Amino acid sequence: MAYFKKSPWIIHYDATSCNGCDIEVLAALTPLYDVERFGIINTGNPKHADIFLVTGAVNEQNKMVVKNIYDQMPEPKAVIAVGICACSGGIFRECYNVLGGPDSVIPVDIYVPGCAARPEAIIDGVVQALGILEKKHLARKEARKQHDRIAAN
Amino acid sequence: MIESQPTEIVTLDRLKDAVRIKWAAHARLVQIGCTKTAEDQYEINYSFDENLKFSNLRIVVNPATDRVPSISDIYWNAFFYENEVHDLFGITIEGMAIDFKGNFYRMAVKHPFAAPAGQKKS
Amino acid sequence: MSKRTIIPFGPQHPVLPEPLHLDLVVEDEIVVEAVPSIGFIHRGLEKLVEKKDFNEFVYVAERICGICSCIHGMTYCQGVEEIMNLQVPGRAKYLRTIWGEFSRIHSHLLWLGLAADAFGFESLFMHSWRIREKILDIIEETTGGRVIFGTSKVGGVRRDVTNERLKEISVLLKTYAGEIKEVTDIFLNDNSVKHRLCGVGVLSKDDALMLGAVGPMLRASGVAQDMRKLGYAAYNDIPVEPIIDQSGDCYGRCVVRIKEVFQAIDIIQRAVDKIPDGPIDMKVTGFPNGEFFARTEQPRGEVIYYIRGNGTKHLQRMRVRTPTFANLPAILKVIPGCSVADIPILLLTIDPCISCTER
Repeated sequence: MAYFKKSPWIIHYDATSCNGCDIEVLAALTPLYDVERFGIINTGNPKHADIFLVTGAVNEQNKMVVKNIYDQMPEPKAVIAVGICACSGGIFRECYNVLGGPDSVIPVDIYVPGCAARPEAIIDGVVQALGILEKKHLARKEARKQHDRIAAN
Repeated sequence: MIESQPTEIVTLDRLKDAVRIKWAAHARLVQIGCTKTAEDQYEINYSFDENLKFSNLRIVVNPATDRVPSISDIYWNAFFYENEVHDLFGITIEGMAIDFKGNFYRMAVKHPFAAPAGQKKS
Repeated sequence: MSKRTIIPFGPQHPVLPEPLHLDLVVEDEIVVEAVPSIGFIHRGLEKLVEKKDFNEFVYVAERICGICSCIHGMTYCQGVEEIMNLQVPGRAKYLRTIWGEFSRIHSHLLWLGLAADAFGFESLFMHSWRIREKILDIIEETTGGRVIFGTSKVGGVRRDVTNERLKEISVLLKTYAGEIKEVTDIFLNDNSVKHRLCGVGVLSKDDALMLGAVGPMLRASGVAQDMRKLGYAAYNDIPVEPIIDQSGDCYGRCVVRIKEVFQAIDIIQRAVDKIPDGPIDMKVTGFPNGEFFARTEQPRGEVIYYIRGNGTKHLQRMRVRTPTFANLPAILKVIPGCSVADIPILLLTIDPCISCTER
C-alpha cells in the first residue's frame, strides 16, 4: 500500500539560508500554491515528519542541529536540499564559516536548484521525494520479510 | 552627498567621556564597527545619530597591546556590537554587560577578520 | 520564592522560520531573563569583499536577506556611488524607489501573516499571504524575480519598465489597497487580536531610543525617525512623513506597519506620476577610494553599510549593521516580566530577520 504518498508531513530547517528560500517554502503552503490540499503539512516536530527540507548551506554551529533533526525523524525519511546554497553552497561557498551543502552532514535525496527556489520547483521536489519515500518503505518491508524468514528458519 | 558624516578621532582613555557626551545629548547608538587598516592597526567606529544627524567617534587600537573599555555601562545595547568585534577581530574589550567570551558567533575560524587578506578558508 | 527554570527557545521553533536561540530564565510562568545565542546563520559574507570585486559584490549584498533584498542591494550601490561621486540618472532613482516600496509592501504583508500565525489566527495568515502573492506577481513581472530582484547595480538599475505599464500598475495597486484594507481591518479591530497584542511588551520612548531600536519598533514608541527623510533615491522629490504610534506595545508596532503598507502604495503612485524619462544607468569607470556609511530605511528599520575602498577593485572593508541586530537588545529588555506564551509574538513584533543579523 502506498501510504506515504497520501499525506507526507514536512519539517523545514533554515541552515544558513538568506530567507529567500524559506519564504518560498512557506509560500508553497499558502493559498496560491496550497500544498495542504495534497495532505502535505508543515510540522514543527521532527518526530512527526517524513520529509526534511533544508535551505541554505551548513555552518559550524548548526551542523549539529541539522544532524539532530535528521536523527530524530522516523524511518523512512527523505531529505530535500532547497535552493542553490543547499545544493552546493552557492554564492556563499567561499565564506570562511560555510562548510558546504547539507550533504556534507546528512544524506540528501533531492536537490532543488534556484536562487531563490520557486514554489513550483519546491513542490516538484517534494513530489519526487514521495517516490523515494515509497521505495525506501518497500525496501524496509522487504528487508523485514527477509529477516523474518531467516529468523523462522 | 546624501549626508555629511563628521568623524572625530579620540584616544582610548577619552573614549568613554566622549560617549557620555553623546548619551547626554540623547544620541542613538547606530553601530560599532571595526576595520583592519594595517597589520597591527585596527579602527573602531562608534556611530551615533541625533535626529538624523550622523556623527562618528573613531579609535585606533593595536589588539596586541591595547584593551578597549566597554561602553555597555552607558549604552547597554553596545554589548552586542562589542562581542561581535571581539569575535571577528580578536580585540580585547573589558567590562561588557553580557560577555559571551568568544561564543557570540561560533565559527570554524578564530577571529577571521584578523587574518591577512586573501587567506584561504581552512 | 519560586524555583527558577531555564527553558531553551529555538533554534528550530515552529513559530519562526529562522533559527534564533534564547535561553529563557523563568519563574513560574514569568520570564525574568532572556539570554540570546546567535550565530546559527553566520556565514561570514563580509569577508567576501576580498574575493569578489565591488561590482560583483552587489549580488552578495542582495543575498544578505531574501526579504529586504532589493533595499540591501540599493544601499550598497548608494554607498559605492557616494564614494565614487556618481550622479545616478533620475529614472534609475525613481525605479529604485518604486521597487524598494514594493518590497516594503510584500515584507509587511509577510510579517502580518507570520504575526497572525504566531497568535494563532491561521486564516488571517493565509489571507495576508494570498494578497502578498499579487504584489509578488507585479514584482516578478517588472524585475524577473520573486524574492531576489537582482535589479540594483552600481550606477543605476538593470531593467526598465515602460511608463504605460507603470501607470497600469498604479491603477492595479488601488484595487489591491482595498483588498489589503479588508485584511488589515481585522488586525486593527478584532477583539481576539487586540487581546493578544495590546499592552504586551511595552517599550517606552526613552528606552527605544537609548537601546538603539530602529524602524517600526522605534516609531511605535513615538520617535519620529525614518531614514527616508534623508532624501536618498527619489525621496527628495517625494517627501515621506514618518508614521508613529504612542503606545509602544505589540499592537502599536502592528498599527505602524499596517499604515506603512498604505503609505508605500501612496509613494509608488506618486513616484509613477513623477518619474522622469531618460537613461537607467551610467558608465562606471575607476575604483572606489574612500569611505562612507550608507543608511537607508528597510521594512524592518535602518540598515547601515560601511563601505571603504582603497582604490583597487576589491573593497577594503564592507560592514553591514542590519535592523534586527539593532532591535534585538531592545526586545531582550522588554522580555523580562512577560509570560512564556507571549514570547513568540513578542519576538515576531521586531520582525526578526536572523539571516540579516548574522550575515
